[in-house]
Amino acid sequence: MKKEELYARMEKAIIEGRKSEAEDLAREAVKAKFDLTEVIEKGYVPGIQKVGDLWEKGDYFLPELITSAECMKAAMAILQPELDKAKIQTRSKGKVVIGTIEGDIHDIGKNLVASMLSANGFDVVDLGADVKLEKFIEKAEETKADFICLSALLTTTMLGQKKAIELLKQKNLYGKFKVLVGGAPANQKWADEIGADGYAENAMLAVKLARRLMGA
Amino acid sequence: MIKTIRPKLELLSRRFIEKIIDEAYEILDKQGIFVENKEALKLFSQAGMKVDKKTHRVYLKRRLVEKCLATAPAVIKLYDRTGEREYAVGGDEVHFDPGSAAVTILDHKMGEERKPETRDLVAFCRLTECLDNIHFQSTGLISSDVPHPIADIYRLLIGLVYSRKPVVTGTFRVESFRPMKDMLAAVRGGDKELAAKPLAIFDACPSPPLKWSNLTTQSLIDAARAGLPSELISMGMTGATSLVTISGTLVQHVAENLCGVAIVQLAKKGAPVIFGGSPSSFDMRRGTTPMGAIETMMIDAGYAQIGKYLNLPTHANMGLSDAKINDAQAGLETGLGAVLGALAGVNVISGPGMLDFESCQSLEKLVIDDEICGMAYRLISGIAQREEPIATDKFEGFTPETQFLSMPHTKKWYRMEHSYPVIADRDTYDAWVAQGRKPIAERASEHVEKILRSNAPALLDKDVRNELTRILAAYAKTHGIATLPSLP
Repeated sequence: MKKEELYARMEKAIIEGRKSEAEDLAREAVKAKFDLTEVIEKGYVPGIQKVGDLWEKGDYFLPELITSAECMKAAMAILQPELDKAKIQTRSKGKVVIGTIEGDIHDIGKNLVASMLSANGFDVVDLGADVKLEKFIEKAEETKADFICLSALLTTTMLGQKKAIELLKQKNLYGKFKVLVGGAPANQKWADEIGADGYAENAMLAVKLARRLMGA
Repeated sequence: MIKTIRPKLELLSRRFIEKIIDEAYEILDKQGIFVENKEALKLFSQAGMKVDKKTHRVYLKRRLVEKCLATAPAVIKLYDRTGEREYAVGGDEVHFDPGSAAVTILDHKMGEERKPETRDLVAFCRLTECLDNIHFQSTGLISSDVPHPIADIYRLLIGLVYSRKPVVTGTFRVESFRPMKDMLAAVRGGDKELAAKPLAIFDACPSPPLKWSNLTTQSLIDAARAGLPSELISMGMTGATSLVTISGTLVQHVAENLCGVAIVQLAKKGAPVIFGGSPSSFDMRRGTTPMGAIETMMIDAGYAQIGKYLNLPTHANMGLSDAKINDAQAGLETGLGAVLGALAGVNVISGPGMLDFESCQSLEKLVIDDEICGMAYRLISGIAQREEPIATDKFEGFTPETQFLSMPHTKKWYRMEHSYPVIADRDTYDAWVAQGRKPIAERASEHVEKILRSNAPALLDKDVRNELTRILAAYAKTHGIATLPSLP
């Protein structure tokens, strides 16, 4: 298959959310020894970008968005080990440590944000739900993260977002990571009040916000 | 006299109900359900159920759950603060209570949502006390000026001090149950007295899909042992935390609630438990959980019908809206929900006053909704024959000059047959203009002021009040809080 045709099919597989096809095409690219960074940039990334456009136009809803993000993840799971083997550094859009705060087991919103960030080229470490505040910071230090993303659905756990920032200040780490907050009770005012670097209303806006903060 | 029909909404056939229940049982048996509470797992284990202690998964057999259903009461009696007024929760009785645990209040003057303070909670409780169609009160607002560790207990204190109505409440922490129960017992004069005449319902929510958390399971166990009713608040969100189909969501809802019933009955045989919920149609565009969606109300009416089939009292979060202000959407969603819930015979309907996805309470909306609830009550009371014969005798000697207005028949029945709202606009256009073209929120606000001005607070007896404060203070101390916020 010609490169251009392969890229077009990759893009289509992502847009239409066909996982096994996205995986097969990735394998094909590996077998044909194509330049995998180019494969990602010209094959898959345009797909997920179109998905974002379709979302913004109002054609795509969450099920399409998430299915496409998962296709992207599946394709990357095949390509990434090959890139690692060849010691090729892909340009990460940014490193993210994300989780739902201790005491809160709601993780749909967090999962949406993690999926969309990951599909859009961010390195995402998902700590899951009910995560201790110290753990966020430890992991962020360990992975040299750019972002700490704190999710909370409850008003009780929302206070954890504030505490996390206080904890960063105590440890003299405030400003080292960009702290993003989200979840039903959070809003921009709250983010400003507690000294967070940003708040986003939904997963797509979270991607935009993260891109903007990375200067992209 | 011909018997009056109680109008009823039923969305499921008997066969459909039984299929949903069968599938729920099959899931509980084959896939199991997560119960993250050691004591509950022990209870299940002792009852002979297969329990995986590592994963907290329990496999529930139908025969055990059916045994538990058999010991759960079909009707629960709740009593107000005085212990004199009794409310039956069961059958087709309908009781409205304000939507609970709002994190903001719609400030009418500002026209914006803001954080509620204790003075708002007091006004809210006093207002609830005065609204005839709102039978129960709820710990409806979370005061932001109260230290968080005592927030759940503090709102119960305010409710008990300022209103006589039974309370729909719940715990935010495992350790909060004890002081909350102690306060209720102090009002009643003892634990036994409280169990004999329950004053509060405790909400407990499973975490969809198919999980009971430690906090909520403990609340079920503690409430059962104190003789207080628990309300099972299963809340699948279609396509996000439960199947996208309404029927699929009902299967999961029933499975989670059946597990809740089993926990309650294993903790204490015969303990009161309400088959409730707060599920919602999940908005696939915005990722929100609209309570005003017609599909949300269909799920509610559906599981309520199943709860009735299981011979349990029922509850739903209906009669609320996702609107942000008291606009047309607020009225239409609340009206639809209150009417459908009443027609479905849901016993406890929580929602009045609530806006913005169960997050914002509005005093103005609460009085508007009281009127809506009044309409719902009128509807379910049905069309009655009233007299024998209905009309023929009244038309004896009929002439074109016959006056209906002055007929004794009119005077006898007009107040029972018809209702006369104070907030809904029934004026002529000119009269409406003359009164300043006020929108409903404005009229409602004036009504709120009037109620609060003209009704003295239904204050709890001073000695009991001091006892409640003492209980709260002792608990607060264990959390390092030395002084309590003073009551307004």
